[in-house]
Amino acid sequence: MFNIIRYTFYDLLRSRWSIFYMLFFMITSSALLFLSNDLGNAIISLMNILLILAPLVGTIFGVIFYYNSSDFTELLLAHPLKRSTIFLGQLYGLCISLSLSLVIGLGLPFLFYGLLYSDAIFDFLILLVDGVVLTFIFVGLAYIIALKNDNKVKGFGYALLMWLAFAILYDGMLLVIMMKFQDYPLDTFSLVSTVLNPIDLSRILILLKLDISALLGYTGALYQQFFGTIFGLIISFGLLLIWSLLPSGLVLKIATAKDF
Amino acid sequence: MIEFNNIKKKFGELEVLKGIDFEVTLGKVTAVLGPNGSGKTTLIKSLLGMVFPDSGNIHLDGYRLNGKADYRNKIGYLPQIARFPENLTARELLKMVSSVRSTGSNEMDLLDRFGLESYLDKKLLHLSGGTRQKINIVMALMFDAEYLILDEPTTGLDPIALKMLKQVIEEQKADGKTILITSHILNFVEEVADEVVFLLEGHIHYQGSIAKLITATNTTNLESAIARLMEDRDV
Repeated sequence: MFNIIRYTFYDLLRSRWSIFYMLFFMITSSALLFLSNDLGNAIISLMNILLILAPLVGTIFGVIFYYNSSDFTELLLAHPLKRSTIFLGQLYGLCISLSLSLVIGLGLPFLFYGLLYSDAIFDFLILLVDGVVLTFIFVGLAYIIALKNDNKVKGFGYALLMWLAFAILYDGMLLVIMMKFQDYPLDTFSLVSTVLNPIDLSRILILLKLDISALLGYTGALYQQFFGTIFGLIISFGLLLIWSLLPSGLVLKIATAKDF
Repeated sequence: MIEFNNIKKKFGELEVLKGIDFEVTLGKVTAVLGPNGSGKTTLIKSLLGMVFPDSGNIHLDGYRLNGKADYRNKIGYLPQIARFPENLTARELLKMVSSVRSTGSNEMDLLDRFGLESYLDKKLLHLSGGTRQKINIVMALMFDAEYLILDEPTTGLDPIALKMLKQVIEEQKADGKTILITSHILNFVEEVADEVVFLLEGHIHYQGSIAKLITATNTTNLESAIARLMEDRDV
């Protein structure tokens, strides 16, 4: 599998889209750092961008990469390779290359700004972890959708819909439900609903670390109250890890049974 | 020897293979012919393990295909479309592909023959369709596999490369390789193949030597013979 990861990674690293993605984060984080002149504020602003953008880019790259490489995948399938080797190799190669663009794009400006001498270093690390985990989750989900849909237009549409649902619609729906049922106890419901959305989990993870109660929102505050800050951090991180493994498992299950 | 026993495959409502039985003769070039949608590609993909038949089984040298990948060490495959990771160089691609096989590879002679050495360090994105198809051919042949499966091998080749391909097929045959080809170009098939299998709507309508087919249909070449087979069916 290592070989497939390595060459997928080489291929994508040289693609101009990976470079654009890296440059976007570099420019945005430099601008935010120099405008706000404060590491903490820049991290919060970047969090809002990252929580929307990392899933979106992961989703789009995931489907495009799957469809673009489908002919080559067929060639690999004719070689004595296990399907798990091919599909997980390509999936992780893509995730690692996107994560690298993200880490370098965000990391370099912060390093130059003096991150290492500040106490915001762990907050920043959590931001990076969030970005990487979201990339793995959404590339995986996009891959599942692409595997299930041979029609590219449909696959692309469903993938964007999936992103839209997690990034925007989900919170809207929760809000409506909470408004409608405000007379009932909703604690358990909102705790569970947060677990079901990796973007919400990522937001809570970083906000708990930053300890900004004003931005935590209802579910975040519940989390803090229910688990406490440290335990909340561990729980949300653990759940995110489970989330990032789930799509790979499903990719494997679908890919081993699929006709190509 | 490759044996297909009662292979059936449905995609949704569409029954693509309706019980295919045939054996590929060792050391010969067998061409699988048929119009689009006749099940050629599905048949070949079943042999390669890309498509799982609903029923029936396939044996390769007595080994029953069961979802494991090892048997593919014996097969060299040339896919119809030559699309590779765009930002890799041809050299990297060849290295990657040879790294996935346990058997050694011998690509240098082939690269030289197809005049590909000067393209080795160029990104695959910048190579023409014909050049990529030549690389595809090299990748199919470089492992010296006992069985060769060539899916539309003439696609995008210039006349010189086509001539070379025919020569290579002849050599591989002389080496005792068993070759399975699909092609739309009947002149090409007539030149290189010993036997043909004619598929139509998921059934085999003819299997045997080209000479016999031409005699049986009372025609002068493969193209007219196949046309006659299809007309007879329509009547």
